[in-house]
Amino acid sequence: MTITLHVNGKPHVLDIDPQMPLLWALRDHVGLTGTKYGCGQALCGACVVHLDGEAVRACVTPVRRADGRAVTTIEGLSPDGSHPLQKAWVELAVPQCGFCQAGQIMTAAALLAKNPSPSDADIDTSLAGNLCRCGTYLRIRTAVKQAAAAGGKEK
Amino acid sequence: MSGPPIRLLRRSFLAGLGGALSGLALGSFARAEPALPPAVDPAAKAAAEAEGAGLRPNLFVHVTPNGGVQIVCARSEMGQGVRSSLPVLIADELGADMSRVEVVQAPGDPAYGDQNTDGSHSVRGFYDALRKLGACARMMLIAAAAKQWKVAPNTCTAHDHAVHHEASGRSLGFGELAIAASKLPVPKDILLRPKAELLHVGKDLPLLDGPAIVDGSAAYGADIVLPGMRTAIVARPPVVGGRATAHDATGALAVPGVRAVVPLPAPTPPFAFQPLGGIAVVADDTWSAMRGRAQLEITWAAGANGEYDSETYRKTLLAAVGLPGVVVREVGDVGAAMAGAARRVEAVYHVPHLAHATMEPPAAVAQFHGQSCEVWASTQNPQAARTSVAKALGLDEENVTVHVTLLGGGFGRKSKPDYVVEAALLAKATGAPVRVQWTREDDIQHDYYHTVSTQRLVAGLDAQGKVVAWEHRTAFPPIGSTFSDTALSAPGELQQGVLDVPLAIANVRAENCEARAHTRIGWLRSVANIYHAFAVQSFIAEIAAARSRDPRDTLLEIVGPPRIVTLKELGVESLPNYGQSLDEHPIDTARHRRVIERVTELADWDNRQKNGRALGLAVHRSFLTYVAVVVSVVHGPDGKIRVDEVWSCLDAGTLVNRERVHSQFEGAVIFALSHALYGEITMQQGATVQSNFRDFRLMRFPDAPRAIHVEIVADDGPSCGVGEPGVPPVAPALANAIFALTGQRVRDLPIARSLKV
Repeated sequence: MTITLHVNGKPHVLDIDPQMPLLWALRDHVGLTGTKYGCGQALCGACVVHLDGEAVRACVTPVRRADGRAVTTIEGLSPDGSHPLQKAWVELAVPQCGFCQAGQIMTAAALLAKNPSPSDADIDTSLAGNLCRCGTYLRIRTAVKQAAAAGGKEK
Repeated sequence: MSGPPIRLLRRSFLAGLGGALSGLALGSFARAEPALPPAVDPAAKAAAEAEGAGLRPNLFVHVTPNGGVQIVCARSEMGQGVRSSLPVLIADELGADMSRVEVVQAPGDPAYGDQNTDGSHSVRGFYDALRKLGACARMMLIAAAAKQWKVAPNTCTAHDHAVHHEASGRSLGFGELAIAASKLPVPKDILLRPKAELLHVGKDLPLLDGPAIVDGSAAYGADIVLPGMRTAIVARPPVVGGRATAHDATGALAVPGVRAVVPLPAPTPPFAFQPLGGIAVVADDTWSAMRGRAQLEITWAAGANGEYDSETYRKTLLAAVGLPGVVVREVGDVGAAMAGAARRVEAVYHVPHLAHATMEPPAAVAQFHGQSCEVWASTQNPQAARTSVAKALGLDEENVTVHVTLLGGGFGRKSKPDYVVEAALLAKATGAPVRVQWTREDDIQHDYYHTVSTQRLVAGLDAQGKVVAWEHRTAFPPIGSTFSDTALSAPGELQQGVLDVPLAIANVRAENCEARAHTRIGWLRSVANIYHAFAVQSFIAEIAAARSRDPRDTLLEIVGPPRIVTLKELGVESLPNYGQSLDEHPIDTARHRRVIERVTELADWDNRQKNGRALGLAVHRSFLTYVAVVVSVVHGPDGKIRVDEVWSCLDAGTLVNRERVHSQFEGAVIFALSHALYGEITMQQGATVQSNFRDFRLMRFPDAPRAIHVEIVADDGPSCGVGEPGVPPVAPALANAIFALTGQRVRDLPIARSLKV
């Protein structure tokens, strides 16, 4: 079946199983590996992307649901890594291994789009589905607030 | 299948270290990901050749005629920050401008020295060696400039990426000197700079890979894409040592995209780094391989471990510590002192198996070329990967190349290259490049688990409450069982919280009781310190409670006065001491006391029961580093016990990158809290019960502490470990805090077994 994904502003016509999770379509067929596989069951958030601006877990989203829609991955969050969240992440040296961070940032970006100045509780609730085994949660809280103060909603 | 080109792990240090120069703030590295197309046009080819020329005094440093400096990082990056730390030792000795330094990741090769990135020894093992490599290049650049200027080398200096002759005001850039320097002899006697001239070492350094991580371009093992690459998903025997006795591949082969179904050889004990065997499904993409595996019909034979059951084994371990074991530490006469004691305190502690659960499940890519094999892997141990692949494929090691990607977490799991061997076997079997992708279920169910352990501690107190006798029995299937048929632990594990604990007690005995493994046992971040520190530091707080004294005072009393603790005092003949001499790294109770005193001061210990909070304290030396932790717990509004705040004070000797030290200790708190609160792997009929983050629970944002305070209380003397020592004191500090809050003593981990958390 032919599926058309608009990924980071570019169309991709794919002849793939419509049941294939969006995650594997992005990684194996579009060639964007910034979105990570962590659990396959919507338990860890490593695979979060935006579907028409909404944060979704790509590992449990059948690619047919994204047919004809706009997908934003970490590679497309900003043209040059300049989203306020990306800048805050680097300035505060948030990542350790870094594997979960694309999902953390994409989840936080969707939060800031709706709630430009989130409280700690808002951040905790929004990011409750995002695991970090290295334990960077506290720096992430700080970074989200720093990005919010820098105008994270503008992006 | 399409994909990005192969990305080798090369990254530039660019502007951003300026802030770190003054130690003020973290800078940011601008992105630089050199593309690696083949040089086709003549100009590009000439440029590439110019890049290849220049000064290469050793494997680790390359100064190009263009003025670029490439520094090799030979240890694996898994979040501990090694790539943002070790290369700076070379760059500072050289006098390089950090914005012109590019870090290149080494392949697995003994020529780079020890590359097994575990045991928290990257800094302590390489601090001086790396400085010498940089200093060697500096001396050659200076010699080249001095020769050209006809001045004495010792009148020249190297800084800001150039050699300077201050007297005449002349300077030559490193690039201008590179070719001339390359023709000079490599000096034998290397002169290090005075430490004060190391401009960046010991400061807060920016995160080299940070920009690539936040824009999604950072490549981990699973992100490597080769032309024509297939993906394999493997059905492994549910029980370690089991095997497939029959399988039907019809259903799997009927799944579109599935190319092959390949049985893998069953391992023979000891299992070491061998793959577990099973049946692999090789397909055009990951999804097809997953669907194919789901269609496999396999009959498994469980083998010798088919009866392994965690509840039954708990009783086995309890029985083991009820009987005397092999005496591994003895001072005085514990029997007589116990008999004469006014009272006894006794407790049994149990810590279950744990899984590593790195956020990136194991993944590796292999390409077989007939007489050689090339692999890309997120491995902590590239030399073992190379050796293991060579052995499995029947190749000479020289014909196996192991490229090291970034690791999405390691924690000891990725020291074992079983998954790399799987990729190599399948690349050979299918003739195509193959990526092996472990699912999360594979990862949780086929780990090299942190061992399960039971300990029994008994203290004898005299009429005044003074501890006069101490007996510690420990039983756990040892790591050695993965490599040989043994049920007794090695000193390497017993030094981690049994042999090395300073006890100002006249009569001490420790015993190791036998315990046989029924699964693969591996090392997990901080290893045997996890359960030994939990038991010992909980028990000291139990003694304090039994005699109604302040736990802090009791801890300081048992640690004893400031002193160097000798082997004689410990009651041991020798101590591995994490591979370091006791002369250089003695057990120094002044350092224990200092971290205890500071952490309790920061946490306001004297007001430990104010505003509904309760505090717990623990101290532990591991990987030569001294760490004391205070945990504050409160009753949450939902009836759950919440960890509100944590303080961690450390003395790890001389540091390279203060910022990454902070981040490691912050992360260690969360890592350890996850295990203490929820972490548990259980076995039934030889197979792992848990399968994903639904039942192997990790700490999430809403449960994370409100604040974690890390303080480095001293940073002089020989370097100690950083990646692991933040973990061990956290669990006992938490258990001690919960006791202070609720009166309930948790001796069985995880805490979720007995309390709402």
